[in-house]
Amino acid sequence: MASEPTASQAPRDSTNHGLRVIVAWLVLSAIATPLVAIFVGPLIPPGNASVQGQGQVFDNQVMTSMITPVLCLLAVFFGYGLVKFHARRSEAVLDGPPIRGDSQIQLLWVVITSTMVLFLAGFGTYELLKDGAGGGQGPNPIASPSGHNPFQVQVIGQQWEFTYRYPSLGGLESDQLYLPAGTDIELHVTSLDVIHSFWAVQLGVKADANPGVDNVAYVETKSPTTFDVRCAELCGLWHPYMFNTGHVVTQSQFNAWAAQQKKLYAAIAPYMNKPSQDGGAPFAHSYLPSPGGGSPQVRAG
Amino acid sequence: MRVGMRLVLSALGVAVAGVLIGFYVSDLTKLNGSPAYSVPFSRAASGPVVNLEFETVAAVGPTLSANPDFVSYLIHTKDGWKRETVWDLPANATVHVTWFNFDGASGLRNPFLARPQGVDGNKVVIDGKSMSAIDPNDASHTFAVPQLGIIVAAPGVADNAKNQCDYADAPGGGCAMTTAHRTIQFTFHTTTPGHYRWQCFVPCAAGWIDGFGGPMQTIGYMDGFLNVEA
Amino acid sequence: MTEIAVTPPAPLWRRLIGFNLLTGIVLGVGGWYVGWFGAHAVVGPSLDYFGDIDYNELSIYLAYLGGVVGFLVGLGFLNYPLARLRGYPPSLREKETQGLGRYFSLCTDHKVVGIQYLWGIGLFFFIGGLNAMLIRTEQLTPHNQVFPVGTYLTLVGMHGTMMMGMMTSGILGPFANYLIPIMIGARRMAFPRIEALTFWILMSAGAILTTTIFFGGFPTGWTGYAPLSNQANAGMDCYVLFFALVGISMTLLGLNMIATILTMRAPGLTWTRLPIFVWGVLSTAVLMVLAAPVLIAALSMEAFDRTMQTHFFVQAAGGSAYLYENLFWIFGHPEVYILALPGFAIVLELLPVFSRKPLWGYRLAVAGLLGVSLLSWFVWQHHLFVSGINGDLRPFYMLSTELISIPTGFTFLCGMMTIWRGNIRFTVPMLFCLAWFFNFLLGGLSGVFLSDTPSDITTHGSFFSMAHFHYTIMGGLVFTFFAAIYYWVPKMTGWELNERLGKIHFWTMFIFFNSTFAPLFAIGFLGQPRRTPVYPSNLQFLNDWVSVSAFLLGISMLVFLFNLVWSLAFKKQPAEMNPWASRSIEFQLPSPVPVHNFDRIPVFSSDPYGYGEGPPPVLVPAGAPAGSD
Repeated sequence: MASEPTASQAPRDSTNHGLRVIVAWLVLSAIATPLVAIFVGPLIPPGNASVQGQGQVFDNQVMTSMITPVLCLLAVFFGYGLVKFHARRSEAVLDGPPIRGDSQIQLLWVVITSTMVLFLAGFGTYELLKDGAGGGQGPNPIASPSGHNPFQVQVIGQQWEFTYRYPSLGGLESDQLYLPAGTDIELHVTSLDVIHSFWAVQLGVKADANPGVDNVAYVETKSPTTFDVRCAELCGLWHPYMFNTGHVVTQSQFNAWAAQQKKLYAAIAPYMNKPSQDGGAPFAHSYLPSPGGGSPQVRAG
Repeated sequence: MRVGMRLVLSALGVAVAGVLIGFYVSDLTKLNGSPAYSVPFSRAASGPVVNLEFETVAAVGPTLSANPDFVSYLIHTKDGWKRETVWDLPANATVHVTWFNFDGASGLRNPFLARPQGVDGNKVVIDGKSMSAIDPNDASHTFAVPQLGIIVAAPGVADNAKNQCDYADAPGGGCAMTTAHRTIQFTFHTTTPGHYRWQCFVPCAAGWIDGFGGPMQTIGYMDGFLNVEA
Repeated sequence: MTEIAVTPPAPLWRRLIGFNLLTGIVLGVGGWYVGWFGAHAVVGPSLDYFGDIDYNELSIYLAYLGGVVGFLVGLGFLNYPLARLRGYPPSLREKETQGLGRYFSLCTDHKVVGIQYLWGIGLFFFIGGLNAMLIRTEQLTPHNQVFPVGTYLTLVGMHGTMMMGMMTSGILGPFANYLIPIMIGARRMAFPRIEALTFWILMSAGAILTTTIFFGGFPTGWTGYAPLSNQANAGMDCYVLFFALVGISMTLLGLNMIATILTMRAPGLTWTRLPIFVWGVLSTAVLMVLAAPVLIAALSMEAFDRTMQTHFFVQAAGGSAYLYENLFWIFGHPEVYILALPGFAIVLELLPVFSRKPLWGYRLAVAGLLGVSLLSWFVWQHHLFVSGINGDLRPFYMLSTELISIPTGFTFLCGMMTIWRGNIRFTVPMLFCLAWFFNFLLGGLSGVFLSDTPSDITTHGSFFSMAHFHYTIMGGLVFTFFAAIYYWVPKMTGWELNERLGKIHFWTMFIFFNSTFAPLFAIGFLGQPRRTPVYPSNLQFLNDWVSVSAFLLGISMLVFLFNLVWSLAFKKQPAEMNPWASRSIEFQLPSPVPVHNFDRIPVFSSDPYGYGEGPPPVLVPAGAPAGSD
């Protein structure tokens, strides 16, 4: 235990560097955190086009505000420490004080980091279970927007285009995604071949399209808008081109679009009850879940 | 080792590395591509008019490919039928398509694709008869340009048809017109210049999982580009 | 005193005959043909036996496996097992003093293996980096202009696969192999021939991966998701073989490290006196041994699916695509900690030297390393949050992933408190270690966003997650890889590296690395998915910024290469024994370290962090005399 600086040690200095750093950090955090929370946080995508998207923005806002003090701490620590404790050329290989640890600092650090982490995990869980946050939850979703009858749309991923089936419109299928505004939508995402991923960017919805799996995602649309739909899982040659534009429209515009699509789809209607491909299920029911054939089990709460 | 020798060896090393990198990069830009074919067109009062003729064959044969059993599109050029799937078309043009299908049916999984879209009148003429949809089970291939909203499915040659085409190795390339085939005709329009991909949507690559491997994922067989140029 | 007649060395052609690299290549090519034609004979002339028309996948696998076996036999790996079977006595030394040739053959000197690894991994690192430059060239425009689409996907896949496969052994291969025996006071690793084997398997794997372009490349990216991988062309087989061989190499490497550290520590070296680098290697090695076999299993299933019509991953025939995803990520998550942990260890090892203070919180640091190692097994489903896994699982994996940031934080605390009140010298290795704090902080904090499921819904599969893992792996591991190079290469080779060029390399690399990857966070949030050369045109400015920065980053690597070649081949300034005034044992030995490491096995009486606690250590020649193992 060296209590006197030896000949090979740098002279001891007794300024309370730690206090200076902590004060500087507190001041900087107090200034930066509200600035970030108010100005930067709301700018983080995906935006407010859907309720789930809004939830994600809030979530990101909270996290950004929490990491701001962490960034400030390290910035102040290194900014101060690297300048203050920079070895002078003449003393370059003189040893510093032999401090091997401090159990109080260690305990404080463990407690603070654990608290932050547990809070984030709890907060994230709350945001997730509130309304599903727009993510695919598998065939037995546990988090959905409150109660009422959602509007079902089946999203079919295949190499290399998304098509959409509307069970409540007579099973009509289209390559255009139109959604009514201000509605709870229940998306059933599935794939006919390899793994794709349905990403409605501005709505904050992403659900993998896994073959043979019904991946349910919920989104509550707000006002009319357009959004990008992109495939977010590498699915082969044309994966980069697997995108189109989705539309959220007013109910009357949606009805007009649906009527037009039904007229066009009528050309296929004679074939819908024929068995598909060598005696398989009829086309109307040829993939999971069968459109119009009942909604999946949704657990209450 | 003397300094001079080391310099020479280092310079040699750099040169060899440079050459290898050069070959690597130039190889990569060519791999999996297809030469582009400029489709000839004539001018009419309403704009350019193109007559596009292509065919789909069940097996492309050893003269046209190192993979003779791959299913493929072939385009009719003045030098015969070629396996090139990148086509240059003029913008704002009317394109009349004649498509000969020599392949049998694999069937569609989406009945939606069995109805022609993005083409004049949303109708297609099959063996002389105008139709607004085909039986999805009967679909053999599609010509689809998703970015332009064009989807046309072609029915296949019946399984028990006589005189089917095995390999596309008739004189002049392709399958002989005397072998069993279906004729599909439709018209579409090009608008803004751009680089639009086209593909077949029927799972027709027999032997691959889900029918989408091999020729279905290789430009030059069942996929290509429309280069619409002003 | 009799004079020993010096026999003239045998002529070159005679020296080339025997078990060496040339024989290895010859037998490798021979083995390749045996495998190729053997498979054709087994299958018979009808290729329709296999689903993929016109491809005989089995012959590709057997050809490459035959080639690897032939190559290893030619190098001489079978000689010792066969000799022992025939009753010859055990021997531990092979080709250890032969000159430059020993770097190109089976050499049991762990220091030679370390240097072989350094050059071998360096070569593949630069090939992977070249692929990255090509990727960024394509990303200059929002349309697909430069490479055909399939080739672009292959480039992306090759870049990722090459880097992940090679850099997993990036620290353990070169530096642990060289330093662990020295740091624990031993003369060799526990299994010297297996050590050499891991290197040559890795090199054959790398060669196989580069041949994928001759078979049409592979479209799946480095994760190789089924069933797309079942559908892919023959180039996919090269990927499967590469990763399976890398898995074998990793398992054996980890095994060797664990056996050595557990059984061969010198007298006096208790667990609390071990250098923190050794602890880091140990926690990484445990992960390697446990995770790599899972990868080998998953890839074997993939190989069977592709060659023998099994349907492990094909849903329509009763298999499941989820099976592959889960198996892959059970390997994949520990894999990224295999990449990150050695970085932690190097930072903690170097900071005391350049702050002239003991490592602060030694036990906490060890707890951090072991904690990360343990927790890494419980988080893998965070790669699958939106893939339709049971909704009940997601809060659990969110919690476990958030929890892993606690032991990671221990490394930060111990590092930061080590430099606090120290006497900091900004040498090149220290600069890279300090950059680690900046980079890993950004990488780790972005990981907090990704671990939060609601936020992950937008960022999964986008450039945000790409920026995250590049910050942690490249900003974390690769920066410490260079720190380790600048720190230990003078010891390993006996020549100094130019400090000014080193600083230029550091600053250009640090600035352009951040300039390249920071905008990617924004690009990901704004909606650009990974692995696509076609993106919304409003993102073009950001992409161009990133591409130009990436090219400049590539140039900074050339500065490094120039420094390496210049210092080691031309300038050749002899390095001092202890240029960093380190108290660690390897710096009390001559540069380069002699073949037998120590004249006498040392006896340890403290850890190497006693700065400020007394005079620097002198290698006390006590203990076993030279010549014993």
